[in-house]
Amino acid sequence: MPTLKTVVLDSEKCIGCITCMRRCPTEAIRIENGKAKILYEKCINCGECVRSCKGGAKRPVYDSFDLVASYGYKIALPSPSLFGQFNNLDDPNYVIEGLLALGFDEVFEVGLAAELVTDCTKKLMEKRALPRPVISTACPAIVELILLKFHELADQLLNVYAPAKVAAKLAKKQATEKGIPADDIGIFFISPCPAKVYSLHKEEVSNEKYISGVLSQSDVYFRLVEKMNKVRSPRKLSKCGYSGIGWGSSGGESNSLGLGNYIHCSGVRNVLGLLREMSDGKLDGADFVELNMCPGGCVGGVLNVENPFIARNRMRQLADRMKIPPATMEQYGLDESFFIWDKAPAPSTSFQLDTDRFAAMQKLMQVEEYLKKLPGIDCGACGAPTCRCHAEDVVQSGGRLHCVKLMEEKE
Amino acid sequence: MGECIRLEYEVDGENFASAGHASESVKRTLKQMGVSPASVRRVSIAMYEGEINMVIHAHGGRALAEIYPDRIDIYLKDTGPGIADVDLAMRAGYSTATENIRSLGFGAGMGLPNMKKYSDEMKIDTAVGVGTTVFLRICF
Repeated sequence: MPTLKTVVLDSEKCIGCITCMRRCPTEAIRIENGKAKILYEKCINCGECVRSCKGGAKRPVYDSFDLVASYGYKIALPSPSLFGQFNNLDDPNYVIEGLLALGFDEVFEVGLAAELVTDCTKKLMEKRALPRPVISTACPAIVELILLKFHELADQLLNVYAPAKVAAKLAKKQATEKGIPADDIGIFFISPCPAKVYSLHKEEVSNEKYISGVLSQSDVYFRLVEKMNKVRSPRKLSKCGYSGIGWGSSGGESNSLGLGNYIHCSGVRNVLGLLREMSDGKLDGADFVELNMCPGGCVGGVLNVENPFIARNRMRQLADRMKIPPATMEQYGLDESFFIWDKAPAPSTSFQLDTDRFAAMQKLMQVEEYLKKLPGIDCGACGAPTCRCHAEDVVQSGGRLHCVKLMEEKE
Repeated sequence: MGECIRLEYEVDGENFASAGHASESVKRTLKQMGVSPASVRRVSIAMYEGEINMVIHAHGGRALAEIYPDRIDIYLKDTGPGIADVDLAMRAGYSTATENIRSLGFGAGMGLPNMKKYSDEMKIDTAVGVGTTVFLRICF
């Protein structure tokens, strides 16, 4: 796994408490020399550490807004969750006019692309071309989690691009068809989370890169509100309907598929629990599984401004006013081939103790020996989130156990 | 190939929610060894079914896993009522689970058949009134 860092530490602010380490769903944080260290090869960019840090020491990384100016033709891709950030917004066109006033030449709503993804998924389901249950790949942190820790579920991933990628690809296609030179086109996704910053830059599932930069929703928000306040009577520019905007909340994707037999679930702990059940074969009766790492869905992403549940309510009310029926692939002259992954993403081996099975076994036997000595209270004082993690770290580094509780007992 | 990773668990007979604890832990170890996803899945389903069986029929018991480079041997030991007719118990859909258990979505009579389906070798050693030991071998 390359180390594209989407979260970094502000060392001055980190006091070495164990909050982020305990919350990390992939055991990717250790406290070393009194500071939280991210093990990037195990990081899935979910933003849970950013969310939980009391001192604001965990900083999400995204592209600078200044990057936008370096392109001749600028296209903004606002996510559905952006529309839930504004108080008393009764018309999505204010947001679009605001983005144009910010200097973008064009706005392509990711919600519209989401409707196309729904249409494509439906067609693939009708053709029985998908595994059952199929797992949504709209949340990139979920995909990374499966690639890291749930390899047995990897072949159930929906092999269709996420809406932001579809939006970027389609916006680029349309701009090129208008005769704009490819090098002039700058496509910027406005992201609710670090996971999407990562996935759009990384291109694990496509051979071509469509995005020029990924901006932070909260960074854009303050610039945007100022412009939106000056908009008097917005033009009817929005093409996204009630179905697309629903994708910003957990359950929106499932709803738009019109299925009865589906499960949607959000929040780190809930997702981990459900993936475990799936891996025991307990969800084999369902057609579709929608998982969002953030509480409440994309509205819960750490780059949002508003409380996720307030934003959800706003989006629901806004959706009631958005009467446009869901977009179809035919309307845009597309078929499934436009959406399907160029390649399957490679599972990560970072969770294995060794790529050689015999060596891994020897290490695991040593881990079990250490576990017999360790107290099993997972206090975190050694700098690892659990006793087991500490045992694994010691086996991997060849050092010695340094358990505070054990030392106390010796005294 | 005498060396193996031995993992042992208590299966709590009073608690449905905790069933799966042993298979979960074994799964982690197998994944850290780099065992193929397909094999992890077989072990996971077979072992989970075994745990649930012990909870439903035998008030819990002990699960022992011996992990070798090429396989896992699982022993599920209980001191429950035993199985009177093993051939009948192996039949898909046959179950002695109570209505209460069935209403929870368990007891469909697929436990033992699934354990057989997902393992390479299965042996049942049982005596009425004494208990049951199910042996499962799954090759990677």
